[in-house]
Amino acid sequence: MQQANTSKPSSFLARGSGARLAWIGKGFLIILALLALYILVKSFFANPQLFAQIVISGLQLGFVYALIALGYTMVYGIVRLINFAHGDVFMVGAFISFYAVARFRLHLWPAAAFPGMSSSLVVLIGSITVILLSMLVCAIMAVTIERVAYKPLRNAPRIAALITAIGVSFFLEFFGALNFVFSPRFIPYERPFEVVTWYISSGIHQVQAGTAPPSGAITFSNIAIIIMVASILMQLALQFLVRRTRIGKAMRATAFDKQAAQLMGINVDRIISITFAIGAAFAGLGGVLYAIAYPSIHSQLGILPGLKAFVAAVLGGIGSIPGAFVGALIMGQAESLTAGYISTPMRDAIAFTILILVLLVRPTGIFGEPEKEKA
Amino acid sequence: MDINPVFLLVTLIKIVAVIAWIYGLLRVVGHASKWVKIGGIIVAFLIVQLAISVPIGSSPILSNFDSGLLFQACTMTMVALGLNLIYGFNGQFSLGQWGFYGIGAYAAADITYRWDNYDAAGLLVAGLGVVLVGLVILMLNRILSRMRGIPVLSAFTLYLIGVIVAGAVALFIGAAIGQALTPLFGTEEAPGFLASALMAQVVFFLAVLIAGVFAAEVSFLFGLPVLTLGSDYFGIATLGFSIVINTLMVNSDTILPFPEMKGGRGMVGIPKVTNWFWAFLFLLLVIIVMRNIVHSSTGRAVMSVREDETASKAMGINVANYKLLSFVVGSLFAGIGGGVYAHYIGFLSPGTFDFLVGFNPLIIIVFGGLGSMTGTIVASFGWIFFLEGLLRVILGQMGTEAPTWRFVLYPITLLLMMLLRPQGLLGTVEWGFLRQREVKPRSREESNTVPVSIGAAPAAK
Repeated sequence: MQQANTSKPSSFLARGSGARLAWIGKGFLIILALLALYILVKSFFANPQLFAQIVISGLQLGFVYALIALGYTMVYGIVRLINFAHGDVFMVGAFISFYAVARFRLHLWPAAAFPGMSSSLVVLIGSITVILLSMLVCAIMAVTIERVAYKPLRNAPRIAALITAIGVSFFLEFFGALNFVFSPRFIPYERPFEVVTWYISSGIHQVQAGTAPPSGAITFSNIAIIIMVASILMQLALQFLVRRTRIGKAMRATAFDKQAAQLMGINVDRIISITFAIGAAFAGLGGVLYAIAYPSIHSQLGILPGLKAFVAAVLGGIGSIPGAFVGALIMGQAESLTAGYISTPMRDAIAFTILILVLLVRPTGIFGEPEKEKA
Repeated sequence: MDINPVFLLVTLIKIVAVIAWIYGLLRVVGHASKWVKIGGIIVAFLIVQLAISVPIGSSPILSNFDSGLLFQACTMTMVALGLNLIYGFNGQFSLGQWGFYGIGAYAAADITYRWDNYDAAGLLVAGLGVVLVGLVILMLNRILSRMRGIPVLSAFTLYLIGVIVAGAVALFIGAAIGQALTPLFGTEEAPGFLASALMAQVVFFLAVLIAGVFAAEVSFLFGLPVLTLGSDYFGIATLGFSIVINTLMVNSDTILPFPEMKGGRGMVGIPKVTNWFWAFLFLLLVIIVMRNIVHSSTGRAVMSVREDETASKAMGINVANYKLLSFVVGSLFAGIGGGVYAHYIGFLSPGTFDFLVGFNPLIIIVFGGLGSMTGTIVASFGWIFFLEGLLRVILGQMGTEAPTWRFVLYPITLLLMMLLRPQGLLGTVEWGFLRQREVKPRSREESNTVPVSIGAAPAAK
């Protein structure tokens, strides 16, 4: 309300006194933050084991979001498009691995090719094959979408491309829901390897099938570790790609100024396709790992994780790769802690409220650069 | 049911007839003569009313189903026009319109539901609350506008405190008066004055207005801090808003104190009061208000904010105020549309207000052409009839999978539309009433400037 008012200033509110009231807004935010902190500290001291358990499940979620968020942030950084179809690419990744495992038994191919191979090695190579296949299919699909739907609109108003992205997203969701594609039902996911759970109680023990871990012990599973390791590795690989290789340099140049990059001899179309492919491959990996961790899939699986990953990318500052990572971890924790301590059904609402509050304090996200003034 | 060429033809004829009706209505409302104006509006109303109520042969021209589509199209027009004011004319990319629509629908439905169950407190608390909150906002606005450089978050906090106080006062006073009025409802056997059919209509009218103003006040509180964000970030924050609202709807009986909304199971028992008269009345109101805003100095200021914020600021336009104004008015329309919709359908479920469905108004205004009111109206009507017609046509072929197939064909249409005609169906054409009145230049020398099309869509950025 920076309205210039020429009327007589009232006695108790002199003109220009507004800036002195900054403490009200800050106080409001500080009270909210203190409230959240109080809930966290109180619950930590009430039951540290439970707290650790919730943090672990939040990390698992957060690292999956990080894998999806990378695709959002890269695409946005280069073509300034909110690629709503990205969450559905994630869903397709999960389904590809489902068909590879349940229909074609692809995860057992090393055993068929090399009889006598040790079973753990078979599982390792087989699972990696399945994951690589999903990543490849997702990458091809994303490049196809980009070529067919987004490329013709590169010089159209941005809203046209956005509506197209929404259209592609609807198409993938509802085409997938047809009976001869993925069917509209929930499908139990068959894992390429067994999920093993351990608990910590004077040392690390494995939870035997059919038994429950002792109450109060912190449990964690191999899939949680795999998700964290894979996500961190991918993050490092992407950082290396963007910072140290020629393609990465071209990507950064394209993101900075598309026309200038073109003048410097960079094939911008190819760089954009590569960006889409990398983002989609990460989403495919995320889809497989997500399905292994939460083994029930359906054709609209990608909507909410996709949206939350996108929010995570915005939270961290869209266009920034470390930002997407940090944002995703924050989203995972926010969701998990809300579900654990405040209310399970409200976790989406709290996550988005956090997003809005962070944007109010830092309008371009945690790692984002301030918006450039329009030329 | 096989694909019936006659049915397909009839559907097409209906779409064309509806669009012709809109054209006629807009021409008539824009007519210079007062009598033609009033008579034309009555005729336009009666044509549809007769088509709904007078049977020809076995059934009326517009079946129950068709008139339902008509009501839905009317509410969709209100929502989409509001969004067009926010995005098409003011350039603020909002994905939260569906949230305000939901707020309006639930608020209006709650008021009439309570009234139907002999509880006057709902109407009184909501009405008093809306009025008091509005007064507090206006009062604080006067005080705060005298202070320069007040941070937006501080202003927001002050408004929030004021609104909470006003709401609490309304709650106490309204509930007390409401209790006192209960005997006037009478009993089931001998209904009193307040339970009469006339009061049901009056309460519906009030409820829709209250719901609209309520949505507008929520949008004021939300928009005040959030409208300072850049365009994409604003879009994401509003998307977040509509998801938060949807979550609150799902938990309305556990987290919010509204057991009659029944949370995720959906609210039933809303009196079905909406008829063609109310739908037409509110539609006409929204169109007239929208047109008068757009073709006024306020509207020109709103559009200048879309074209270039810095330049508008340099011209002395209060950018923050005009952003807020268009956001609030747009949400008011959405709230009114929600109220009308709730009383047509009689059942509200959070699934209706899911954010995925919330892309529909955005798609409609882009279809119709950003910054074109006519385009929005035509696209809303065409879209509803087209989608439902499509459903019935495919139904014969696909059986139970038809709803899914519809949503496979619909994005393909969308993609083709965006690839072939990204500026929208009608571009910037306006019909009759909605057209800018021509201003006669005083002399040849002064008219030698470049013509500016006021309603034009935002240029590619």
